[in-house]
Amino acid sequence: MAETNLLFILLVGIFVGGAAGFLGSFMVLKRMALVGDAFTHVALPGMAVALLLNYDPMIGAFAALAVAALGIWYFEETSRVYPEALVGVFFTTALAIGVLITPQTELLEALFGSIEKITFGEGLLAILLSVAVLIVTCLISKKLILGVISEELAKSVGVSKSKINLIYLFLVAVTVTLGVRFVGTLLMGALVIVPAASAKNISSSLDSYYILSILFGVASAVVGVTLAQPLNIASGPAVVLTSTFFFLATFLAKQLVEKE
Amino acid sequence: MVNVKQPLLKVSNLFVELEEHPILEDISFEVERGETLAIIGPNGAGKTVLFRTLLGLVPHKGKIEWEPGVKIGYVPQKLSVEPDLPLTVREFLSFKDRSFEEIETELAAVGLEKDILHHQLGVLSGGQLQRVLIAWALLGGPDVLLFDEPTSGVDIAAGETIYSLLHKLQASRKLTMLLISHDLQVVFQHATKVLCLSKERICYGPPKEALDSVTLAKLFGVEVAHNHNEHHHG
Repeated sequence: MAETNLLFILLVGIFVGGAAGFLGSFMVLKRMALVGDAFTHVALPGMAVALLLNYDPMIGAFAALAVAALGIWYFEETSRVYPEALVGVFFTTALAIGVLITPQTELLEALFGSIEKITFGEGLLAILLSVAVLIVTCLISKKLILGVISEELAKSVGVSKSKINLIYLFLVAVTVTLGVRFVGTLLMGALVIVPAASAKNISSSLDSYYILSILFGVASAVVGVTLAQPLNIASGPAVVLTSTFFFLATFLAKQLVEKE
Repeated sequence: MVNVKQPLLKVSNLFVELEEHPILEDISFEVERGETLAIIGPNGAGKTVLFRTLLGLVPHKGKIEWEPGVKIGYVPQKLSVEPDLPLTVREFLSFKDRSFEEIETELAAVGLEKDILHHQLGVLSGGQLQRVLIAWALLGGPDVLLFDEPTSGVDIAAGETIYSLLHKLQASRKLTMLLISHDLQVVFQHATKVLCLSKERICYGPPKEALDSVTLAKLFGVEVAHNHNEHHHG
Protein backbone atom coordinates (compact mmCIF):
# COMPACT_ATOMS: atom_id res chain seq x y z
CA MET A 1 0.00 0.00 0.00
CA ALA A 2 1.36 3.39 -0.92
CA GLU A 3 2.41 5.64 1.92
CA THR A 4 -0.05 8.51 2.11
CA ASN A 5 1.50 11.78 3.13
CA LEU A 6 1.01 13.34 6.53
CA LEU A 7 -0.83 16.41 5.28
CA PHE A 8 -3.49 14.28 3.62
CA ILE A 9 -3.88 12.16 6.76
CA LEU A 10 -4.26 15.35 8.77
CA LEU A 11 -6.92 16.58 6.38
CA VAL A 12 -8.89 13.34 6.77
CA GLY A 13 -8.46 13.63 10.53
CA ILE A 14 -9.76 17.18 10.55
CA PHE A 15 -12.98 16.21 8.82
CA VAL A 16 -13.61 12.95 10.67
CA GLY A 17 -12.71 14.58 14.01
CA GLY A 18 -15.01 17.52 13.29
CA ALA A 19 -17.93 15.30 12.29
CA ALA A 20 -17.42 13.08 15.35
CA GLY A 21 -17.25 16.10 17.66
CA PHE A 22 -20.43 17.63 16.25
CA LEU A 23 -22.42 14.40 16.45
CA GLY A 24 -21.06 13.74 19.91
CA SER A 25 -22.44 17.05 21.14
CA PHE A 26 -25.96 15.61 20.84
CA MET A 27 -24.95 12.27 22.33
CA VAL A 28 -23.73 14.08 25.45
CA LEU A 29 -26.91 16.18 25.73
CA LYS A 30 -29.05 13.09 25.25
CA ARG A 31 -27.20 11.64 28.27
CA MET A 32 -26.17 8.72 26.14
CA ALA A 33 -22.43 9.16 26.56
CA LEU A 34 -21.81 5.67 27.88
CA VAL A 35 -24.17 3.98 25.45
CA GLY A 36 -22.65 5.94 22.58
CA ASP A 37 -19.20 4.86 23.64
CA ALA A 38 -20.07 1.17 23.97
CA PHE A 39 -22.04 1.33 20.70
CA THR A 40 -18.83 1.81 18.71
CA HIS A 41 -17.55 -1.60 19.89
CA VAL A 42 -19.99 -3.50 17.69
CA ALA A 43 -17.95 -2.42 14.70
CA LEU A 44 -15.39 -5.10 15.60
CA PRO A 45 -17.45 -8.28 15.06
CA GLY A 46 -18.77 -6.67 11.86
CA MET A 47 -15.24 -6.15 10.59
CA ALA A 48 -14.27 -9.68 11.59
CA VAL A 49 -17.15 -11.28 9.73
CA ALA A 50 -16.39 -9.16 6.64
CA LEU A 51 -12.72 -10.17 6.76
CA LEU A 52 -13.65 -13.84 7.05
CA LEU A 53 -15.97 -13.51 4.06
CA ASN A 54 -13.39 -11.53 2.09
CA TYR A 55 -15.31 -8.27 2.06
CA ASP A 56 -13.98 -4.83 2.88
CA PRO A 57 -13.97 -4.69 6.70
CA MET A 58 -15.45 -1.16 6.59
CA ILE A 59 -18.60 -2.56 4.98
CA GLY A 60 -18.86 -5.08 7.81
CA ALA A 61 -18.29 -2.35 10.40
CA PHE A 62 -21.01 -0.20 8.91
CA ALA A 63 -23.49 -3.08 8.67
CA ALA A 64 -22.95 -4.02 12.33
CA LEU A 65 -23.22 -0.38 13.45
CA ALA A 66 -26.37 0.19 11.43
CA VAL A 67 -28.01 -2.84 13.05
CA ALA A 68 -26.91 -1.67 16.52
CA ALA A 69 -28.23 1.83 15.76
CA LEU A 70 -31.62 0.32 14.92
CA GLY A 71 -31.48 -1.59 18.21
CA ILE A 72 -30.76 1.54 20.25
CA TRP A 73 -33.50 3.39 18.41
CA TYR A 74 -35.96 0.60 19.14
CA PHE A 75 -35.16 0.71 22.86
CA GLU A 76 -35.45 4.50 22.91
CA GLU A 77 -38.87 4.26 21.30
CA THR A 78 -40.35 1.44 23.30
CA SER A 79 -38.88 1.55 26.80
CA ARG A 80 -39.76 4.20 29.30
CA VAL A 81 -36.63 3.47 31.28
CA TYR A 82 -33.57 3.24 29.09
CA PRO A 83 -32.11 -0.26 29.47
CA GLU A 84 -28.58 1.03 29.92
CA ALA A 85 -27.26 -2.10 31.62
CA LEU A 86 -28.69 -4.33 28.91
CA VAL A 87 -27.20 -2.20 26.15
CA GLY A 88 -23.84 -2.18 27.93
CA VAL A 89 -23.83 -5.96 28.29
CA PHE A 90 -24.82 -6.46 24.67
CA PHE A 91 -22.13 -4.20 23.23
CA THR A 92 -19.40 -5.53 25.49
CA THR A 93 -20.34 -9.06 24.45
CA ALA A 94 -20.11 -7.96 20.81
CA LEU A 95 -16.61 -6.68 21.51
CA ALA A 96 -15.53 -9.95 23.15
CA ILE A 97 -16.88 -12.02 20.26
CA GLY A 98 -15.24 -9.61 17.83
CA VAL A 99 -11.85 -10.07 19.51
CA LEU A 100 -12.22 -13.85 19.29
CA ILE A 101 -13.13 -14.03 15.61
CA THR A 102 -10.94 -11.24 14.20
CA PRO A 103 -7.81 -12.68 12.54
CA GLN A 104 -4.86 -12.04 14.86
CA THR A 105 -2.92 -10.12 12.22
CA GLU A 106 -5.72 -7.61 11.85
CA LEU A 107 -6.74 -7.35 15.49
CA LEU A 108 -4.46 -4.56 16.65
CA GLU A 109 -5.37 -2.34 13.71
CA ALA A 110 -9.07 -3.00 14.16
CA LEU A 111 -8.89 -2.13 17.82
CA PHE A 112 -6.68 0.94 17.64
CA GLY A 113 -6.88 2.18 14.06
CA SER A 114 -4.31 2.60 11.31
CA ILE A 115 -4.75 6.01 9.77
CA GLU A 116 -1.24 5.74 8.25
CA LYS A 117 -2.43 3.01 5.90
CA ILE A 118 -5.37 4.90 4.50
CA THR A 119 -5.40 5.15 0.69
CA PHE A 120 -6.16 8.33 -1.23
CA GLY A 121 -9.53 7.00 -2.35
CA GLU A 122 -10.54 5.96 1.16
CA GLY A 123 -9.42 9.31 2.53
CA LEU A 124 -11.37 11.25 -0.05
CA LEU A 125 -14.48 9.19 0.63
CA ALA A 126 -14.05 9.81 4.37
CA ILE A 127 -13.80 13.57 3.78
CA LEU A 128 -16.87 13.66 1.56
CA LEU A 129 -18.93 11.56 3.94
CA SER A 130 -17.84 13.71 6.88
CA VAL A 131 -18.97 16.83 5.05
CA ALA A 132 -22.31 15.16 4.31
CA VAL A 133 -22.67 14.17 7.97
CA LEU A 134 -21.88 17.73 9.10
CA ILE A 135 -24.46 19.21 6.72
CA VAL A 136 -27.28 16.79 7.59
CA THR A 137 -26.56 17.12 11.32
CA CYS A 138 -26.68 20.88 11.01
CA LEU A 139 -30.06 20.64 9.27
CA ILE A 140 -31.61 18.48 11.99
CA SER A 141 -29.82 20.08 14.95
CA LYS A 142 -32.73 22.22 16.15
CA LYS A 143 -35.12 19.31 15.99
CA LEU A 144 -32.69 17.06 17.82
CA ILE A 145 -32.26 19.50 20.71
CA LEU A 146 -35.98 20.09 20.89
CA GLY A 147 -36.52 16.35 21.17
CA VAL A 148 -33.96 16.24 23.98
CA ILE A 149 -35.58 18.95 26.09
CA SER A 150 -39.22 18.04 25.47
CA GLU A 151 -40.85 15.50 23.23
CA GLU A 152 -44.16 17.33 23.68
CA LEU A 153 -42.75 20.67 22.52
CA ALA A 154 -41.16 18.94 19.55
CA LYS A 155 -44.46 17.34 18.65
CA SER A 156 -46.38 20.60 19.08
CA VAL A 157 -44.30 22.10 16.26
CA GLY A 158 -44.61 19.02 14.09
CA VAL A 159 -41.26 17.40 14.83
CA SER A 160 -41.26 13.63 15.08
CA LYS A 161 -38.65 12.82 17.70
CA SER A 162 -38.63 9.23 16.61
CA LYS A 163 -37.79 9.98 12.96
CA ILE A 164 -35.14 12.54 13.88
CA ASN A 165 -33.51 10.10 16.31
CA LEU A 166 -33.32 7.44 13.64
CA ILE A 167 -31.62 9.81 11.20
CA TYR A 168 -29.25 10.87 13.97
CA LEU A 169 -28.27 7.31 14.91
CA PHE A 170 -27.69 6.51 11.24
CA LEU A 171 -25.33 9.52 11.02
CA VAL A 172 -23.52 8.22 14.10
CA ALA A 173 -23.14 4.81 12.43
CA VAL A 174 -21.61 6.46 9.35
CA THR A 175 -19.22 8.59 11.39
CA VAL A 176 -18.12 5.75 13.63
CA THR A 177 -17.37 3.65 10.55
CA LEU A 178 -15.12 6.44 9.26
CA GLY A 179 -13.51 6.82 12.66
CA VAL A 180 -12.83 3.14 13.13
CA ARG A 181 -10.21 3.35 10.39
CA PHE A 182 -8.81 6.37 12.14
CA VAL A 183 -8.62 5.61 15.86
CA GLY A 184 -9.95 2.04 15.95
CA THR A 185 -13.10 0.45 17.24
CA LEU A 186 -11.99 0.56 20.89
CA LEU A 187 -11.26 4.26 20.94
CA MET A 188 -13.77 5.74 18.47
CA GLY A 189 -16.32 6.22 21.22
CA ALA A 190 -13.89 8.58 22.90
CA LEU A 191 -13.57 10.70 19.76
CA VAL A 192 -17.37 11.07 19.69
CA ILE A 193 -17.87 11.77 23.39
CA VAL A 194 -14.78 13.50 24.79
CA PRO A 195 -14.66 16.62 22.55
CA ALA A 196 -18.34 17.33 23.28
CA ALA A 197 -17.90 16.69 27.01
CA SER A 198 -14.98 19.15 26.95
CA ALA A 199 -17.03 21.75 25.08
CA LYS A 200 -19.92 21.39 27.53
CA ASN A 201 -17.57 22.27 30.41
CA ILE A 202 -17.08 25.78 29.10
CA SER A 203 -20.15 26.59 26.97
CA SER A 204 -23.22 28.54 27.96
CA SER A 205 -24.87 28.73 24.55
CA LEU A 206 -25.56 26.15 21.86
CA ASP A 207 -23.57 28.06 19.27
CA SER A 208 -20.39 28.00 21.32
CA TYR A 209 -21.05 24.40 22.36
CA TYR A 210 -21.31 23.19 18.74
CA ILE A 211 -18.30 25.16 17.58
CA LEU A 212 -16.12 24.03 20.48
CA SER A 213 -17.20 20.39 20.09
CA ILE A 214 -16.11 20.50 16.45
CA LEU A 215 -12.90 22.39 17.26
CA PHE A 216 -11.90 19.98 20.03
CA GLY A 217 -12.57 17.05 17.69
CA VAL A 218 -10.45 18.64 14.96
CA ALA A 219 -7.68 19.67 17.34
CA SER A 220 -7.54 16.18 18.91
CA ALA A 221 -7.04 14.66 15.47
CA VAL A 222 -4.45 17.20 14.33
CA VAL A 223 -2.38 17.26 17.51
CA GLY A 224 -2.64 13.49 18.04
CA VAL A 225 -1.57 12.55 14.51
CA THR A 226 1.20 15.15 14.49
CA LEU A 227 2.64 13.94 17.79
CA ALA A 228 2.27 10.23 16.97
CA GLN A 229 4.92 10.15 14.25
CA PRO A 230 7.93 11.75 16.00
CA LEU A 231 7.05 9.96 19.26
CA ASN A 232 6.70 6.69 17.34
CA ILE A 233 3.37 5.80 18.93
CA ALA A 234 0.07 4.65 17.39
CA SER A 235 -2.02 7.57 16.18
CA GLY A 236 -5.35 6.33 17.60
CA PRO A 237 -4.34 6.43 21.26
CA ALA A 238 -2.45 9.69 20.63
CA VAL A 239 -5.63 11.32 19.26
CA VAL A 240 -7.74 10.09 22.16
CA LEU A 241 -5.19 11.14 24.79
CA THR A 242 -5.08 14.59 23.22
CA SER A 243 -8.85 14.85 23.54
CA THR A 244 -8.55 13.77 27.18
CA PHE A 245 -6.08 16.58 27.72
CA PHE A 246 -8.66 19.08 26.40
CA PHE A 247 -11.23 17.59 28.72
CA LEU A 248 -9.00 17.97 31.77
CA ALA A 249 -8.09 21.53 30.83
CA THR A 250 -11.73 22.60 30.34
CA PHE A 251 -12.78 20.74 33.47
CA LEU A 252 -10.21 22.64 35.53
CA ALA A 253 -11.24 25.90 33.89
CA LYS A 254 -14.85 25.21 34.86
CA GLN A 255 -13.87 24.46 38.46
CA LEU A 256 -11.89 27.67 38.66
CA VAL A 257 -14.73 29.76 37.28
CA GLU A 258 -17.25 28.18 39.66
CA LYS A 259 -15.01 28.88 42.66
CA GLU A 260 -14.86 32.56 41.91
CA MET B 1 -70.88 18.99 5.15
CA VAL B 2 -73.94 19.89 7.16
CA ASN B 3 -74.04 23.45 8.37
CA VAL B 4 -73.35 22.63 12.00
CA LYS B 5 -70.65 24.62 13.79
CA GLN B 6 -67.78 22.31 14.60
CA PRO B 7 -66.22 22.66 18.04
CA LEU B 8 -62.51 23.46 18.11
CA LEU B 9 -61.89 20.13 19.80
CA LYS B 10 -64.16 17.16 20.20
CA VAL B 11 -63.06 14.13 22.19
CA SER B 12 -65.32 11.09 22.21
CA ASN B 13 -64.94 7.92 24.27
CA LEU B 14 -61.20 8.23 24.72
CA PHE B 15 -59.36 5.28 26.26
CA VAL B 16 -55.63 5.27 27.01
CA GLU B 17 -53.56 2.42 28.38
CA LEU B 18 -49.90 2.61 29.32
CA GLU B 19 -48.13 -0.72 29.73
CA GLU B 20 -51.48 -2.42 30.09
CA HIS B 21 -52.64 -0.15 32.92
CA PRO B 22 -55.74 1.88 32.15
CA ILE B 23 -54.89 5.58 32.50
CA LEU B 24 -57.93 7.20 30.91
CA GLU B 25 -61.31 5.51 30.55
CA ASP B 26 -64.16 6.68 28.37
CA ILE B 27 -63.40 10.42 28.39
CA SER B 28 -65.63 12.68 26.27
CA PHE B 29 -65.72 16.47 26.10
CA GLU B 30 -65.87 19.41 23.71
CA VAL B 31 -64.14 22.76 23.60
CA GLU B 32 -65.63 25.65 21.64
CA ARG B 33 -63.58 28.53 20.31
CA GLY B 34 -62.80 31.12 22.98
CA GLU B 35 -63.62 28.79 25.85
CA THR B 36 -61.44 27.99 28.82
CA LEU B 37 -61.60 24.36 29.86
CA ALA B 38 -60.01 23.56 33.20
CA ILE B 39 -58.93 19.99 33.84
CA ILE B 40 -58.63 19.04 37.48
CA GLY B 41 -58.03 15.84 39.38
CA PRO B 42 -55.72 14.23 41.92
CA ASN B 43 -52.12 13.30 41.19
CA GLY B 44 -51.93 10.43 38.75
CA ALA B 45 -55.42 11.11 37.42
CA GLY B 46 -54.12 11.16 33.86
CA LYS B 47 -54.24 14.90 33.26
CA THR B 48 -50.83 15.25 31.63
CA VAL B 49 -51.40 11.99 29.74
CA LEU B 50 -54.59 13.54 28.36
CA PHE B 51 -52.59 16.50 27.02
CA ARG B 52 -49.96 14.20 25.54
CA THR B 53 -52.75 12.21 23.90
CA LEU B 54 -54.33 15.37 22.50
CA LEU B 55 -50.94 16.23 20.98
CA GLY B 56 -50.86 12.83 19.30
CA LEU B 57 -48.03 11.35 21.37
CA VAL B 58 -49.88 8.49 23.03
CA PRO B 59 -51.65 5.56 21.37
CA HIS B 60 -55.35 5.59 22.21
CA LYS B 61 -58.80 4.33 21.40
CA GLY B 62 -61.67 6.69 20.71
CA LYS B 63 -61.84 9.87 18.67
CA ILE B 64 -59.91 13.14 18.97
CA GLU B 65 -61.15 15.68 16.43
CA TRP B 66 -59.37 19.02 16.20
CA GLU B 67 -60.78 21.71 13.95
CA PRO B 68 -58.86 21.34 10.67
CA GLY B 69 -55.73 23.52 10.51
CA VAL B 70 -55.84 24.49 14.16
CA LYS B 71 -52.57 25.80 15.60
CA ILE B 72 -51.74 24.42 19.04
CA GLY B 73 -49.45 26.12 21.53
CA TYR B 74 -48.30 23.80 24.29
CA VAL B 75 -46.92 24.89 27.66
CA PRO B 76 -45.45 21.86 29.43
CA GLN B 77 -45.15 21.56 33.19
CA LYS B 78 -41.41 21.44 33.01
CA LEU B 79 -38.53 20.70 30.68
CA SER B 80 -35.93 18.02 31.16
CA VAL B 81 -33.04 20.45 31.22
CA GLU B 82 -29.97 20.25 33.41
CA PRO B 83 -28.76 23.54 34.89
CA ASP B 84 -25.63 23.40 32.73
CA LEU B 85 -27.42 22.74 29.42
CA PRO B 86 -25.66 25.06 26.97
CA LEU B 87 -28.82 26.65 25.58
CA THR B 88 -29.79 30.29 25.98
CA VAL B 89 -33.35 31.58 26.12
CA ARG B 90 -32.74 33.31 22.80
CA GLU B 91 -31.61 30.09 21.13
CA PHE B 92 -34.56 28.22 22.61
CA LEU B 93 -37.09 30.75 21.35
CA SER B 94 -35.44 30.87 17.92
CA PHE B 95 -36.18 27.14 17.47
CA LYS B 96 -39.60 28.22 16.31
CA ASP B 97 -38.16 30.02 13.27
CA ARG B 98 -39.93 33.31 13.93
CA SER B 99 -38.45 36.78 13.50
CA PHE B 100 -36.49 38.38 16.31
CA GLU B 101 -39.07 41.16 16.48
CA GLU B 102 -41.77 38.60 17.15
CA ILE B 103 -39.65 37.01 19.89
CA GLU B 104 -39.21 40.41 21.54
CA THR B 105 -42.94 41.11 21.28
CA GLU B 106 -43.91 37.82 22.94
CA LEU B 107 -41.30 38.27 25.67
CA ALA B 108 -42.85 41.62 26.51
CA ALA B 109 -46.33 40.04 26.37
CA VAL B 110 -45.40 37.57 29.12
CA GLY B 111 -43.76 40.27 31.21
CA LEU B 112 -40.10 39.39 30.75
CA GLU B 113 -37.22 41.78 30.15
CA LYS B 114 -35.03 41.45 27.05
CA ASP B 115 -31.89 40.67 29.06
CA ILE B 116 -33.29 37.23 29.89
CA LEU B 117 -32.50 36.22 26.29
CA HIS B 118 -28.84 35.77 27.23
CA HIS B 119 -29.54 33.57 30.25
CA GLN B 120 -29.18 29.82 30.11
CA LEU B 121 -32.50 28.01 30.14
CA GLY B 122 -31.41 25.73 32.98
CA VAL B 123 -30.74 28.54 35.46
CA LEU B 124 -34.11 30.29 35.21
CA SER B 125 -36.43 30.32 38.21
CA GLY B 126 -39.65 28.29 37.97
CA GLY B 127 -41.69 31.40 37.26
CA GLN B 128 -39.29 32.73 34.63
CA LEU B 129 -39.18 29.36 32.87
CA GLN B 130 -42.95 29.19 32.83
CA ARG B 131 -43.16 32.61 31.19
CA VAL B 132 -40.50 31.67 28.65
CA LEU B 133 -42.52 28.56 27.84
CA ILE B 134 -45.67 30.63 27.40
CA ALA B 135 -43.76 33.00 25.10
CA TRP B 136 -42.58 29.97 23.12
CA ALA B 137 -46.15 28.71 22.81
CA LEU B 138 -47.37 32.14 21.68
CA LEU B 139 -44.82 32.41 18.85
CA GLY B 140 -46.53 31.77 15.56
CA GLY B 141 -49.98 32.80 16.80
CA PRO B 142 -51.68 29.66 18.11
CA ASP B 143 -55.48 29.29 18.21
CA VAL B 144 -55.43 27.21 21.34
CA LEU B 145 -53.12 27.04 24.33
CA LEU B 146 -52.62 23.83 26.30
CA PHE B 147 -51.30 24.87 29.69
CA ASP B 148 -50.01 22.28 32.16
CA GLU B 149 -49.63 23.99 35.51
CA PRO B 150 -46.56 22.95 37.49
CA THR B 151 -47.39 21.32 40.80
CA SER B 152 -44.58 23.09 42.58
CA GLY B 153 -41.51 25.23 42.22
CA VAL B 154 -43.13 28.33 40.78
CA ASP B 155 -42.34 31.57 42.53
CA ILE B 156 -45.24 33.97 42.69
CA ALA B 157 -44.11 37.11 40.92
CA ALA B 158 -45.07 40.39 42.52
CA GLY B 159 -48.20 41.82 40.97
CA GLU B 160 -49.41 39.76 38.08
CA THR B 161 -50.03 36.06 38.60
CA ILE B 162 -49.64 33.61 35.79
CA TYR B 163 -53.42 33.26 35.58
CA SER B 164 -54.18 36.92 35.20
CA LEU B 165 -51.49 36.92 32.51
CA LEU B 166 -53.16 33.99 30.73
CA HIS B 167 -56.54 35.64 31.10
CA LYS B 168 -55.25 38.88 29.60
CA LEU B 169 -53.65 37.00 26.70
CA GLN B 170 -56.82 35.07 26.09
CA ALA B 171 -58.93 38.21 25.95
CA SER B 172 -56.58 40.17 23.70
CA ARG B 173 -55.86 37.31 21.27
CA LYS B 174 -59.14 35.39 21.37
CA LEU B 175 -57.32 32.27 22.47
CA THR B 176 -59.00 29.04 23.39
CA MET B 177 -57.49 27.59 26.53
CA LEU B 178 -57.16 24.14 28.01
CA LEU B 179 -55.54 24.27 31.40
CA ILE B 180 -54.56 21.65 33.90
CA SER B 181 -54.93 23.30 37.26
CA HIS B 182 -54.41 22.41 40.89
CA ASP B 183 -56.09 25.52 42.21
CA LEU B 184 -59.87 25.41 42.49
CA GLN B 185 -60.05 29.15 42.94
CA VAL B 186 -58.47 29.57 39.51
CA VAL B 187 -61.00 27.16 38.06
CA PHE B 188 -63.94 29.10 39.47
CA GLN B 189 -62.51 32.43 38.36
CA HIS B 190 -61.28 31.66 34.86
CA ALA B 191 -62.82 28.49 33.48
CA THR B 192 -65.98 28.37 31.42
CA LYS B 193 -66.03 24.59 31.72
CA VAL B 194 -64.37 22.10 33.98
CA LEU B 195 -63.47 18.46 33.41
CA CYS B 196 -62.78 16.42 36.54
CA LEU B 197 -60.57 13.42 35.94
CA SER B 198 -59.70 10.44 38.00
CA LYS B 199 -58.99 7.92 35.27
CA GLU B 200 -62.62 8.34 34.24
CA ARG B 201 -64.71 11.46 33.91
CA ILE B 202 -66.03 12.42 37.35
CA CYS B 203 -67.65 15.69 36.34
CA TYR B 204 -68.01 17.95 33.34
CA GLY B 205 -69.72 21.29 32.82
CA PRO B 206 -69.62 24.90 34.03
CA PRO B 207 -67.65 24.97 37.33
CA LYS B 208 -70.50 26.25 39.48
CA GLU B 209 -72.75 23.40 38.37
CA ALA B 210 -70.21 20.63 38.01
CA LEU B 211 -68.17 21.15 41.15
CA ASP B 212 -70.47 20.36 44.05
CA SER B 213 -69.15 19.04 47.35
CA VAL B 214 -70.07 15.44 46.50
CA THR B 215 -68.02 15.59 43.30
CA LEU B 216 -65.07 17.21 45.05
CA ALA B 217 -65.14 14.57 47.77
CA LYS B 218 -65.20 11.84 45.14
CA LEU B 219 -62.38 13.49 43.22
CA PHE B 220 -59.92 14.37 45.95
CA GLY B 221 -61.17 12.25 48.84
CA VAL B 222 -63.12 13.59 51.79
CA GLU B 223 -60.14 14.93 53.69
CA VAL B 224 -58.84 17.03 50.86
CA ALA B 225 -62.26 18.51 50.22
CA HIS B 226 -62.45 19.34 53.88
CA ASN B 227 -59.07 21.05 53.78
CA HIS B 228 -60.16 22.99 50.79
CA ASN B 229 -63.14 24.35 52.70
CA GLU B 230 -60.93 25.37 55.60
CA HIS B 231 -58.68 27.12 53.18
CA HIS B 232 -61.61 29.07 51.84
CA HIS B 233 -62.79 30.13 55.23
CA GLY B 234 -59.34 31.06 56.45
